[in-house]
Amino acid sequence: MTISRRAFGLGAGGMTLAAFLAACSDTGGGGGGSTGGGGSGNGGGGDLTPVKLQLQWLPQAQFAGYFAAVDQGFFADEGLEVEIVPSGGDIVPQDALASGNVDFCIAWVPKVLGSIEQGANLTNVAQIFQRSGTLQVAFADAGITSVADFEGKRIGSWGFGNEWEIFAAMAAEGLDSTTVQIVTQDFNMNAFLQGDIDAAQAMTYNEWAQVLETVNPDTGELYQPEDFAVIAYQDTPGGMLQDAIWADTARLEEEDYAATTVALLKAVIRGWAYARDEVESAAEITLAAGSTWGPSHELWMANETNKLIWPAPNGVGVVDAAAWEQTVAGALAAVNEQGQHLITSEPPDTAYSNTYIEQAIGELSDVDTTGESYQPIAVTLAEGGN
Amino acid sequence: MTADAAQVLRARRPRARSRAARVRVALLGVLGVLAVAAAWELYKALGPDDGVVVAGTRVLPRTTDLAMPHTWEMVARLLEPTTSQAGAAPLWLTVAQAALVSLAIAGVGWVVGTLVGVGLGLLMQVWRVAEHGLLPWIVLSQTVPLIAFAPVVRSWGARIEIAGWQWPPWLSVAVIASYLAFFPVAIGTLKGLQSPQHTHLELMHSYGASRWQTLRSVRLPAAVPYLLPALRLGAASAVIGTVVAEVSTGYLDGIGRQLVAFAGQASGDPAKAWAPIFGAIALGLVAAGLVGLAGVALRTYRRGEAS
Repeated sequence: MTISRRAFGLGAGGMTLAAFLAACSDTGGGGGGSTGGGGSGNGGGGDLTPVKLQLQWLPQAQFAGYFAAVDQGFFADEGLEVEIVPSGGDIVPQDALASGNVDFCIAWVPKVLGSIEQGANLTNVAQIFQRSGTLQVAFADAGITSVADFEGKRIGSWGFGNEWEIFAAMAAEGLDSTTVQIVTQDFNMNAFLQGDIDAAQAMTYNEWAQVLETVNPDTGELYQPEDFAVIAYQDTPGGMLQDAIWADTARLEEEDYAATTVALLKAVIRGWAYARDEVESAAEITLAAGSTWGPSHELWMANETNKLIWPAPNGVGVVDAAAWEQTVAGALAAVNEQGQHLITSEPPDTAYSNTYIEQAIGELSDVDTTGESYQPIAVTLAEGGN
Repeated sequence: MTADAAQVLRARRPRARSRAARVRVALLGVLGVLAVAAAWELYKALGPDDGVVVAGTRVLPRTTDLAMPHTWEMVARLLEPTTSQAGAAPLWLTVAQAALVSLAIAGVGWVVGTLVGVGLGLLMQVWRVAEHGLLPWIVLSQTVPLIAFAPVVRSWGARIEIAGWQWPPWLSVAVIASYLAFFPVAIGTLKGLQSPQHTHLELMHSYGASRWQTLRSVRLPAAVPYLLPALRLGAASAVIGTVVAEVSTGYLDGIGRQLVAFAGQASGDPAKAWAPIFGAIALGLVAAGLVGLAGVALRTYRRGEAS
């Protein structure tokens, strides 16, 4: 009896171990899309420079250009082996970069301006998103059609540095954070749909789609855009620059790192041009890289992300001085519901540089880097985004 | 033999439990799940749409399909494909795979945590100075918030590279799980090793038994009733630690990420968000069951578990 019991225990242990090994090998294979592993098919044993690129969230079409550059071998063509590092929440991209865990990161400008004032030494080397994608969404009958209407209302926000556009736009209207009730939103739009929030924060490429993927209980059909009143922060003085590629300012003095930066940007430009021209394929690439959205939501996200990037009259990734000034002005003016300021003084001149992106654009003659003729596609959302 | 004595004997021999009794236990389990489902549906049918709000605080949830999908919708959703993508696995399989990955990571965390915990417990018992020196730190270790701790572990891990071997992301998660799991084990081991009565220890002393012999014959067997609940607590901590650390560090393949990702899809697909919750529950049950096996193996020493 003792033996059989022990055998049982051994068997159970063995099964756990087997499951674990299977899981690990699955991690290596299935997660391969999220790492630089895809580049191994290119060039073989060449001397690729390893580079870690930290995202600000999980893999999804918001980052389609980077995943496309891995999948299409654009990084490998530039001599780079790029590992894309996802974040789930507590990994703050600019902190990961400042502490040297990664070589570059993707982050919103206002959040990094806050970190720079706290002492991080970082430089925006490519302003990928030329426009803000943040919306404040209310039901059409709620009487909230402009930021001025926020007064006395329950305004949804995710917090964690995503709220500064709201407060900057309110400051421009002469409203301070005490005139509204800020309600923290979670990962979905249920609080808004159930009436706990009067106007919810939404990204054009994600939460706005979540709303339009939901069945309206009154009609039995999906909600339609005309059911809502939408305020786009891009149209307000509160609009701020979002996804940008940040580099370590001190390391940019090193020749190798500066050259790597330009090489990275060249591949990234190719990646985003690919995502623009082959949007369906780009959405499939991010799904394969580990995004858990349904295909219709993913395609919507890829399409809406393109709209934030293209057309780029100054060239993709080039920081527009006026938009930068507006972001800084908004960051200086914004005060959150706890009375905190994002920044109290102008950021240093090193906070952004167009040197590297302009060099990268100059070295790419075979890519359309302005996308002047860009036209978005029409995406039909399915229920639940599936 | 009286009927009473026979009953006592039967109670002492759990393996003699009849098949009927085992079926009854299984039936009771199924009945329990059905009762929860019935309560859910009953409240959904009778409760007010807007839930129950007392003094501005919602004490009972809304009963809308968005907040509380029907139980059969949740089950049906499990059988449907995860997404409409060609070749997508059914939702239950996607969830099961993620839960298995998390179980394996939690398992590693639990084993490491148990080894460390037992080791610390032994050290503190054998060497009184260690108890005074270590115990406060062990207690203090559990006050570090996980959300502060997780990025640090991952950050350290990301720098570790030994002869081409790179610290994999899952190991950060396992380390965090073990950090939570070791605590109850260390405390339980220490308490257990200190639990034998003085007379027993004095008897060993009078035999001239060595410290090692006393440990083996008296202290360790006496520790088992303390250790088993500690191991179960450790398993629960390891599972919770794994799920939270997965979210925290952005680990992609486990149930923690799935909880967050599917919660993000809950507006358009409310039933889907519940699938990883069921997965997490199953994960906890399996983990508890596996630790239960350890209890079976150590049954000789159980004699009524300490709490």
